[in-house]
Amino acid sequence: MSRPKRQLMMGNQACVQGALRAGLRFYAGYPITPSTEVTEGCARELPKTGGRFLQMEDEIGAISAVVGASVAGVKAMTATSGPGYSLMVENIGYAYMIEAPCVIVNVQRGGPSTGLPTKTSQSDTMQTRWGPHGDYTAIAVAPSTVADTVTETIRAFNLAERFRTPVTILLDEVIGHMQEMISLPEPGEYQVVDRVKPTCPPEEYEPYGSTDNFVNPMPAYGDGYRWYATGLTHDAMGFPTNRPDEIVVNLDKLRRKIEDFRDEICKVRADWMDDAEFALVSYGSVSRTALLATKLAREAGVKVGCLQLQTVWPFPLAQLRELLQDCTAVIVAELNMGQIVREVERVAPPQARVHSLLRYDGEILTPIQFLEKIEEVRS
Amino acid sequence: MSKGSLLRLQLSEDRYEMRLSGSGGQGMMLAATILAEAIGADPAKRVIQTKSYGPEARGGASKADIVVSSSEIYYPKALQLDLLLAMTQESLDKYYSDLKAGGTLILDESLVHNPPPDDFYGVPFTRLAREEAGNVMVANMIALGAIAAISGVVPTEALTEAVLARAPRGTEDTNKRAVEIGVREGEAVKARRLQGAPNMTQTPSAPEEAPIEVPGIVFPRCQFEH
Repeated sequence: MSRPKRQLMMGNQACVQGALRAGLRFYAGYPITPSTEVTEGCARELPKTGGRFLQMEDEIGAISAVVGASVAGVKAMTATSGPGYSLMVENIGYAYMIEAPCVIVNVQRGGPSTGLPTKTSQSDTMQTRWGPHGDYTAIAVAPSTVADTVTETIRAFNLAERFRTPVTILLDEVIGHMQEMISLPEPGEYQVVDRVKPTCPPEEYEPYGSTDNFVNPMPAYGDGYRWYATGLTHDAMGFPTNRPDEIVVNLDKLRRKIEDFRDEICKVRADWMDDAEFALVSYGSVSRTALLATKLAREAGVKVGCLQLQTVWPFPLAQLRELLQDCTAVIVAELNMGQIVREVERVAPPQARVHSLLRYDGEILTPIQFLEKIEEVRS
Repeated sequence: MSKGSLLRLQLSEDRYEMRLSGSGGQGMMLAATILAEAIGADPAKRVIQTKSYGPEARGGASKADIVVSSSEIYYPKALQLDLLLAMTQESLDKYYSDLKAGGTLILDESLVHNPPPDDFYGVPFTRLAREEAGNVMVANMIALGAIAAISGVVPTEALTEAVLARAPRGTEDTNKRAVEIGVREGEAVKARRLQGAPNMTQTPSAPEEAPIEVPGIVFPRCQFEH
């Protein structure tokens, strides 16, 4: 088989290509810089595959349509940036509660409010984890290359379907708008996970009953299974409950279906970590510069290693605990005022000091900023 | 190793950085995409293209960076430019300091009236587009032809192919012609410079009385994206 043609592609376009390969059937969105190319790409490509595209009146409408499409039985996605994500938060919480799989792409720009439309940022990292109110566990992935964006988008859909939950793809303006030459993966080169549907007789179906992995088979509305979906805390049949024992079952289910299966979700890329004294921890576009700085420092004989969080949420606690155990210092680099650094502090070994390397002026960290920080930490 | 030694490290020499800059609406993003596609058609080359622009839909300074290497490109943006294309005075003033010593400066002498004292290649892209190519909108494609001829970063055949792959139906001839004009002018200005002649294709003159109209550029009021 001849390799598919290499083509120049933007991160946002790669996200569309990944989504189509993962089985996207419905997209609703409201265009916003720097995510607009995702919406444009879906408008152009999705109808060709028999899918549906809707431009909604705003982001609230977009996420509502996406959750509706999900319970109607199809894989659904929306893309936005910080201001749009803020509007979507209420119904993302609803999707967590009714366990509607869906994918939300956040191509981050500067905030708060409308902030910096055309500049990059990673300041929505914590919003992705704690956006909607209440107790739940979030999943978020963060690609750092255009090719990664294809595979991580496929992975985001797979995680959403496997765990019946919203999954956020954290892009940033740099990755979203960056163009690289890539070859798109062919069918057979990637795995596609579809949601499990009930096989029991409809009268025996419990939409939120007890299961081994805390995830229930999910019928489409119209399949003949009775399923009451409510944002209220619910019992096994999906109806609102105030019984303390049932409340705990409901909330534990939302948490444990993800927390108990972290190994399936958490992905960390480790480079030059085997004998590393210093570790650089980063995610998204920053990881590119971190890798270059690591390479340069290694060539100069400094034992630096590089960790890239491909899964940002749930935070890869166990992996980082193990990978950082022999380090004497950790530098956490991000394009915000210090968000994921607190998570790293919780897992760093006692002998390691945790340092922050931050930038929040709309530009990305440069190799020299990394090298200066490494020098500062060494002295 | 001693303290401070990391700060003397240099980025790989296997890295060629270009910036195409102008005003929003002059087609710098499209030109950079086409140039990156033309370069990337060579499987031995890695290329990354990034952009930066203001919130204005039209007007304002806009720039698109292209980094070329034969090995993996980690840091995606330009740090020290090997080549700068400036299509307006504003973009020249803004980005000139990012050009490394000995770097290649190419400017549109129909819109840049106050060039730096050092060496540069001046070509009247906008005037050539309007008067010779018959469409002011192809000034960016003429500039690509000149970049290819002056820098040798991409073969002109590969450039023409990439331009035609992106040209809307019915505009193929105009765009092809634009690249040819750019290559011709680029080669001419390069030859003149090798002979030690002045940079400009003509004696620098006072700014034209009326500013050249470029479709798509609206001054001074700008439309903002939200």
